Amino acid sequence: MVDMSVRIGSVTLKNPIMPGSGCFSTDLAQVMDINRLGAMVAKTVSREFRPGNPPPRAAEVEGGMINSIGLPTKGIDYFFKHQVPDYRRFTPPLVGSISATTIEDFEAMARDVAKSDIDVLEVNISCPTRDPKGGNFALHEEHTYEVTKLIRATTDKPVWVKLSPNAGDIVAVAKAAERGGANALVVANTILGLKINTDTFRPAIGNKFGGLSGPGIKPIIVRMVYQCAKAVRIPIIGCGGIVKVEDVVEYMLAGATAVMIGYLTFRNPTGMIAIIDGLEQWCAKRGFARVADLTGAMIDEPPMETFAAAAAPIG
Amino acid sequence: MTASEPFASDPFMVGKHKPKDAPAHISAEESLCPVVSHAWVNAQYKHLVVEASAKALAVAPGQFFNLLCPSPDVGELFFRRPQSVYRIDRKHGRIEFLYKCVGRGTRGLATLQKGDALNMVGPLGKGFWLDPAWKHIVVLGRGVGIATLGPISQLAGENNVGVTAILSARDKDFVMADVLFREAGEVISVLDTDGSSAVENVEKILAGLIAQQRADAFFTCGSNRLFQMMKRLGKVHRIPGQVAMEQVMACGLGPCYVCVRTFEVDGRQELRRVCIEGPVFDMQEAVGW
Repeated sequence: MVDMSVRIGSVTLKNPIMPGSGCFSTDLAQVMDINRLGAMVAKTVSREFRPGNPPPRAAEVEGGMINSIGLPTKGIDYFFKHQVPDYRRFTPPLVGSISATTIEDFEAMARDVAKSDIDVLEVNISCPTRDPKGGNFALHEEHTYEVTKLIRATTDKPVWVKLSPNAGDIVAVAKAAERGGANALVVANTILGLKINTDTFRPAIGNKFGGLSGPGIKPIIVRMVYQCAKAVRIPIIGCGGIVKVEDVVEYMLAGATAVMIGYLTFRNPTGMIAIIDGLEQWCAKRGFARVADLTGAMIDEPPMETFAAAAAPIG
Repeated sequence: MTASEPFASDPFMVGKHKPKDAPAHISAEESLCPVVSHAWVNAQYKHLVVEASAKALAVAPGQFFNLLCPSPDVGELFFRRPQSVYRIDRKHGRIEFLYKCVGRGTRGLATLQKGDALNMVGPLGKGFWLDPAWKHIVVLGRGVGIATLGPISQLAGENNVGVTAILSARDKDFVMADVLFREAGEVISVLDTDGSSAVENVEKILAGLIAQQRADAFFTCGSNRLFQMMKRLGKVHRIPGQVAMEQVMACGLGPCYVCVRTFEVDGRQELRRVCIEGPVFDMQEAVGW
């Protein structure tokens, strides 16, 4: 028996696998048993109705996809009245995710949404296709610090801050979020990209720029998780390009306590469940009694081959 | 775990191993379906027949499957491709698709051979519906959209509802499936080559059917111009209608909000997801594409 549970501050998850925000809804009950998940992460909600961006909203690229959905939402009243009760039909802890364009509204949103029946508040300050001056606070350490500090003061519930891989110095932003009082960091959102249709010479998606996700970005985000984990004391949730068990292991070795999965669900709708089962088998086979023991267990020394090469005579 | 098990070497854990059977209360599943036959119907269209699971065979007319197509080149395909069903053969446990080779996904799909397995997720979405009060329906399809109208015509035929199928295509070679529609009812082919596919001409045919009281409901797929005309006639003559729509999809299940289109109810526009709120929609609420 492998102990698959992980603790993220005061929250215990029965396993480290959860969906990324925007890649999950109770619609997935069409194909999978939602109660198997470590946690449920709701789609990001804003105060008012937002239609989202014009289609096409996503395109395939080598290594994954780019998307610009534009955070469509029916607003917080609908979220409270319909979405939260709908999620509550299922048993895993519920992570609510919020977005806003101003620091004042972020504070007010946090106060309002944290009062609803959610277990964790995720602060999405990193949607790559929102205006960097309005909403994409995660590009700047001072904005991240300010917004996190204000949100922290509004609630006793755990606050997870979702960072951006588009920041110049994500480690500085991670430290700013910790200083502001975040309980955990989600590393990271998507990488801003552009795909051009070579038949039409026009952008492939309606919003022109889109966030790159999928297996192609995984090494970049694993590196960021490693760097952030070295720099902060709060738990880190790894997010980017997980499509198999070994990807989860890599994120945890780099320092992640848990992971979020997005793209895989599009390719393989029951992929998260397969990974939960496979991770348990992997731990059993490798002799890990607790999956949590993987966190930060990377051996920070050169690869074995380096020693062999160094020992070999040259020429 | 050995190297032959899914997680050790497969990049996506899917496509090469039979997925576990989904529990009974879950309506859709990922299944590996052996290809029974796969033949070109003309220069652009292929007809694919697969053996389907019991859950897949429960597919309703207008519903779709999200297909994991093989790659046609050295790259990988990172999205599935939504494909509506052309014919449901419950007697032999088979599902049939009729598709046009246009992009990487369909070109990859076209490489499947008899005996290969096709990985499908489904059945998905909301399909067509029949009101027991309808005595005669009209289906209007253009190009590959004709295929999507197959199962609802089949169902109407089985329920002794009269069907008039107006099939619009470039030329004679591209009027596919007229045999299937002939089994269900009457077929009227309209072509670009002789000008009979002109919207004004199709409108005249529809007006004739309305006058003969052979149009209790309208169904369409495949052409925005024909859809707009049918919607207008439907509004004037108060004939209920349904339209099957397409859009680029990612998840095919609802969560990702990639596949939206615009709808209008009481003068207010809204976006709906083709994968779960459709792909079949009320004709008067759809704005078109």
